[in-house]
Amino acid sequence: MRTAEALRMAVEALRVNRLRSMLTMLGVIIGVLSVVILVAIGTGAKNAVEKEIAGLGSNIILVVPGQVGLGAAPTQSRLDLSDVAYVRRVVGDPSKVTVAVNSGEPVRVGRVEVFATLTGTDENMPHVFDRPLRRGRYLTGTDVDTRRRVVILGSEVAAKLFGDVDPIGRQVTIAGVRFRVIGVYETVGSTFGVARDQEVHLPVTTAQRLIGLPRINGIAVGASGPDEIEPLRQRVVAALAARYPDETFSAVTQTQLLGTIGTVLGMLTGVLAAIAGISLLVGGVGVSNIMLVSVRERTKEIGLRKALGARGRDILGQFLIEAVLLTTIGGVIGILTGVGGALLIQAVSPVPASITWWSIVLAFGVSAAVGVFFGVAPARRAARLDPVVALRTD
Amino acid sequence: MSHDERAGRRDDERAEASAEPGAAGAPAFEAIGLTRSYRLDGGVQVDALRGADLRIGQGEFAAIVGPSGSGKSTLMHLLGCLDRPTSGTLLVNGVDVATLDDARLADLRNRTIGFVFQSFHLLPRTSALDNVALPLVYRGAPRAVRRERARAALEAVGLGHRLTHRPSQMSGGEQQRVAIARALVGDPRVLLADEPTGNLDSRNGEEVMGLLERLNEGGVAVVLVTHDADVAARARRQIRVRDGRIERDT
Ligand SMILES: Nc1ncnc2c1ncn2[C@@H]1O[C@H](COP(=O)(O)OP(=O)(O)OP(=O)(O)O)[C@@H](O)[C@H]1O
Ligand SMILES: [Mg+2]
Repeated sequence: MRTAEALRMAVEALRVNRLRSMLTMLGVIIGVLSVVILVAIGTGAKNAVEKEIAGLGSNIILVVPGQVGLGAAPTQSRLDLSDVAYVRRVVGDPSKVTVAVNSGEPVRVGRVEVFATLTGTDENMPHVFDRPLRRGRYLTGTDVDTRRRVVILGSEVAAKLFGDVDPIGRQVTIAGVRFRVIGVYETVGSTFGVARDQEVHLPVTTAQRLIGLPRINGIAVGASGPDEIEPLRQRVVAALAARYPDETFSAVTQTQLLGTIGTVLGMLTGVLAAIAGISLLVGGVGVSNIMLVSVRERTKEIGLRKALGARGRDILGQFLIEAVLLTTIGGVIGILTGVGGALLIQAVSPVPASITWWSIVLAFGVSAAVGVFFGVAPARRAARLDPVVALRTD
Repeated sequence: MSHDERAGRRDDERAEASAEPGAAGAPAFEAIGLTRSYRLDGGVQVDALRGADLRIGQGEFAAIVGPSGSGKSTLMHLLGCLDRPTSGTLLVNGVDVATLDDARLADLRNRTIGFVFQSFHLLPRTSALDNVALPLVYRGAPRAVRRERARAALEAVGLGHRLTHRPSQMSGGEQQRVAIARALVGDPRVLLADEPTGNLDSRNGEEVMGLLERLNEGGVAVVLVTHDADVAARARRQIRVRDGRIERDT
């Protein structure tokens, strides 16, 4: 029998039991739909995080005390500015090393108060990080050396404190101390939940005096190229370990961060896809069930076809095509609705969703495979029927 | 299917059939010690056929008669290769069917034998034309060829005006004629008919018998089962079955 003929017969059989076919398909549709949507959400989340990390700047190495990793306890920093100078000597190019001291403080202008992340840093910050200014200027070496009371505001802080008024040259009050605004950053979004537009930058020396501790929270080093990152990272870690034999230091790179985050989110996507896959499996069981019913109902027809010259293979093919048709039509509908759903989620909700071609190919392939896998047992049962036995069935 | 390409062409099919081993001059059917037992659920064994020896030549017209339950249908199913014997040997056109695999057996049912059932066995919700064309589907014949030959077969049984009717839209006599058209659409060498007139009134029965006679005159061997003495009398040969054995063969 020709494939086209078998296909025509299968379509006819599905058409005769239209409602039943649709309900059976629904199981597959829901399965495929959830695979496509959940994978899109997982991938979207991963892309969003990767974009955030890349948005920091390129080839950055972050040096922090203690171990970095999921679940690692934060370590009390013992680094101070002399260590920054030390790392500068190790790296060779002082402009590629910068520093961070962090603290959360309310920032006030008149009666308006905003809670901001204070970050004490230095004139080298823009050489390491990607942090464009909207207005004003960056910190200078003199600002740091003379502990000037100047700040650069994140775009959100600026908007909340000053609204449409140009903040440059105006005063803000932090912990009772007055600061002069010298710059406003461009909006950059957030990284790892750190809202960078809510930061306020000030000279690291000024920040240490404000906080009352000579410590720093971390050192950032900019490598000159992607190939430089790893050797530089090892050099910095080794140098710090030599200086503080009892301490551990971690130097993480963006590549490592991307790797870790990518792995975690990749696993998450996998788990989501697996859960969705289970519903696809349940859909497959439904297909198998309905095909068994179909074989039983059409036993007489099968007997007749065999009596008229159908081979076991022809019957097998007929029922297998029917099952595969059921799941692939369901698969296509599931893909279309899944893509539509993902686009809708992307458009109307903050959840990022990114459709990947592989999830679509996979979903289609799996639904076809489900048809074969769950169709084969009923189809073989049909193919093995003896013509006369089948004809006698009532 | 290796013969697909030739499906629509009668001459080639004939050449194909006679090329089968042992076909030259062999009888249509040769049964030696054919038995068929059924085992019921309770373990009870029913011997429906207890050793039938039978030889039916090419182009013969034979009637199988006998009381109800004597094993006539069982014998017919075995001859038609719809069932496998419990023991014994059956040669169809000189070929031992026990040696045939599923595909070759299907091919035999498709090309050599036409079967007419007592209860028609037409596909519901399917037009007369598509019902008749069904055997040709399994030869891989193109749709146009199938339709053309099915139409010709339906015209041959006087149903040229019922092509698009479904079984539920036809009388019993018409349905049986559709079934006969289906049996002969593939140009078989033998036609097996299990009580073809059993469900028909005398006028329709007469029409069906006329059809079978004409087919037989065309060279097709016809074997039919009947309870009707008049019908049996029209066959050149009567085979009487009783209690699973062939009692008399005249
Ligand atoms: N599938 C089966 N299982 C068990 N016994 C069967 C089966 N088919 C037939 N028989 C038995 O085999 C015997 C022969 O049956 P068969 O149908 O060949 O009779 P028949 O001569 O065609 O009768 P009728 O003239 O009534 O059609 C009967 O006793 C019947 O009960
Ligand atoms: Mg019978």
